[in-house]
Amino acid sequence: MKFVDEYRDPAAARVLLKVINDLAAGDEFKFMEVCGGHTHTIYRHGIEHILPEGVELIHGPGCPVCVIPMGRVDDAIAVAEHPNVIFTSFGDMMRVPGSKGTLLEAKARGADVRFVYSPLDALRIAVENPTKEVVFFAVGFETTAPSTAVTVLRAREMGVRNFRVFSNHVTIVPPLKAILESPDLRLDGFLGPGHVSTVVGNRPYRFVPERYGKPVVTAGFEPLDILQTIVMLLKQIREGRCEVENQYSRIVRDEGNPRALKLLADVFVLRPHFEWRGLGFIAQSGLALRPDLSMFDAEVYYEVPGVRVADPKACQCGEVLKGVIRPWECKVFGTACTPETPIGTCMVSSEGACAAYYNFGRMHREAAVTLGRRA
Amino acid sequence: MADHDTVQEKDYREAMMLDRIEAFRRRKPRLTDEVITSAHGAGGKSSAALIENVFLAAFSDPDRGPQADAATLTMPNGDRLGFTTDSFVVKPYRFPGGSIGHLAVHGTVNDLAVEGATPTWLSCAFVIEEGLAVAELQAVVADMAEAATEAGVTIVTGDTKVVGRGAADGLYITTAGVGLIPAERRLGPDLVKPGDVILVSGTIADHGMSVMLARGDLAIEADIRSDTAPLGGLIEDLLAAAPNTRWMRDPTRGGVATVANELARDADLGVVLDESLLPVDPAVRGACDMLGIDEMYVANEGKVVAIVPPEEEAAALAAMRAHPLGKRASRIGEIVADPTGIVVLRTSFGGTRIVDMLVGDPLPRIC
Repeated sequence: MKFVDEYRDPAAARVLLKVINDLAAGDEFKFMEVCGGHTHTIYRHGIEHILPEGVELIHGPGCPVCVIPMGRVDDAIAVAEHPNVIFTSFGDMMRVPGSKGTLLEAKARGADVRFVYSPLDALRIAVENPTKEVVFFAVGFETTAPSTAVTVLRAREMGVRNFRVFSNHVTIVPPLKAILESPDLRLDGFLGPGHVSTVVGNRPYRFVPERYGKPVVTAGFEPLDILQTIVMLLKQIREGRCEVENQYSRIVRDEGNPRALKLLADVFVLRPHFEWRGLGFIAQSGLALRPDLSMFDAEVYYEVPGVRVADPKACQCGEVLKGVIRPWECKVFGTACTPETPIGTCMVSSEGACAAYYNFGRMHREAAVTLGRRA
Repeated sequence: MADHDTVQEKDYREAMMLDRIEAFRRRKPRLTDEVITSAHGAGGKSSAALIENVFLAAFSDPDRGPQADAATLTMPNGDRLGFTTDSFVVKPYRFPGGSIGHLAVHGTVNDLAVEGATPTWLSCAFVIEEGLAVAELQAVVADMAEAATEAGVTIVTGDTKVVGRGAADGLYITTAGVGLIPAERRLGPDLVKPGDVILVSGTIADHGMSVMLARGDLAIEADIRSDTAPLGGLIEDLLAAAPNTRWMRDPTRGGVATVANELARDADLGVVLDESLLPVDPAVRGACDMLGIDEMYVANEGKVVAIVPPEEEAAALAAMRAHPLGKRASRIGEIVADPTGIVVLRTSFGGTRIVDMLVGDPLPRIC
């Protein structure tokens, strides 16, 4: 495909891999890719197994579906089970378990749950079904929050009265801080979140090198983007630099997207606290609708249980998210906790660190390298 | 720089863990759900758990071999019959390249053909919801008749039930089919050997993407036509050119990935697929890429995956390419002795990854 194949060229990959090999020079490095989209690219193209053994990628907290805690899923199901509600959600959110099952199961029990590609699709359903109440399960970082914001403003403009948003939008910087504050952290740098940065820009990450001494390189989502980002991180370390760099400059600007940022400010306010699966409560990390838009706020309109459900004890997602242990080092990985019966956040979406490893990477390195060679 | 354990120790511990998981994975799938969800119908792990724990638990006959798309029945005189059944519930009824009527015939004749049978007779049963337009039903039935003629089968018996409004979604069709299997023909996963090559008769994922786009709830328009077609003729040409063909499947629901996983499981061998060799139409690839859907899991209705010995590869490919339905037939991978039970993809990018059974319906990713 034009404009895609260029970023997937095996010959260019070989050149970058040689540079990575030379820069790593047999030493060990751990880099965290913040975004679930990066994790997906890394596994889909088999990047783990072509990197030198010492260069390890740790899968971070940026899978928007995985970070939604059980209690919020229970709330979503409670709303979806209202008799007159059409509950709309992104597809992969429907498989995430709360304490009493998933939205897919609620659908099987009779709830009207539909998947949509965009909140605007949910608004369209509301317009087409004026006698129904339509709720959109809004999840995601600053990447998807602007589209929710646009939709809410459009609903107000059109005078739509049967459309509401159950906001679970979160922001990227607080969880990064939480990870960096962790005493057992073992990371040498970050592949910064490409999509989020199109909105927020690169400036919000400056505290990472300045306060915590770790380099950040904002990365694109094609396989060559990932390799080039690793080169840039290794170069910083080898040259004794530590700063925020932008590999994804074809899309991301330093100042981000001012219009999208204004939309966020017009529609959302920061919650004092928001709970993250695996990471616990993080201050100033979640977005709620502004009080003047409360007629579109599902949390105001519906009574939801709002019960906090503790993460299962056996689950070590917190440590996986922080890069302290690898997915396969968790006590329940692959046995009690699998993609069919996920226990923790990292297993629930295909972008989660554990699910990605289980689905795509669960292979002896030696076998992977041998089979990777073309006959 | 990390310093807590050496690369060798880490590799050893990881290898131990992977062995444990592999042993765990081979256990029979458990059915833990309390109600049926759409995942049980998607052809992946949940479907396998349902079949294993509900249907096989009640119906299975210990003398019968591995699950296949069609049963092979031996008559008292030694003749063997292929026998299969399939239900069709697709919405919309009509999509670019075909209709539910075409599918109802092709799905069943193809299940027979890949078991080596010559499809001959079909039955059909209709469950119709009150309110369906007669003209709509006539159009679907006309498509069935056309498809049957093209496939060389006769629809010999049937049944009709009408249910109240709301008790069904318009129209469901079930067909069953039988056909004789030539006496000398042997096919099965037990015949597959390391070194055998994997062929596919043409581009993948056309049908699934065509239907997904025809539903109209994705804001994407692309010229993608379903590949629905009867495979009997193509398969006869293939078997004539490559008489030692080991095993065949039509990669319908769950796609090439699911078929490859069933093969790896039933043959207890490894399957290596090569991403750069998979024939995919550019429009289909673009749509899949945009939606975050892996084309290897998307349904086909007019393709066959065949395992042939390496010395018959050239003849098999030539025979398929000479047939109108096999113009883009390609080799897509090979069978290896190790790792057993696993499907590995060599990515175009030069890496490798596992291609596992799908857990549920292929749901689009958020970002």
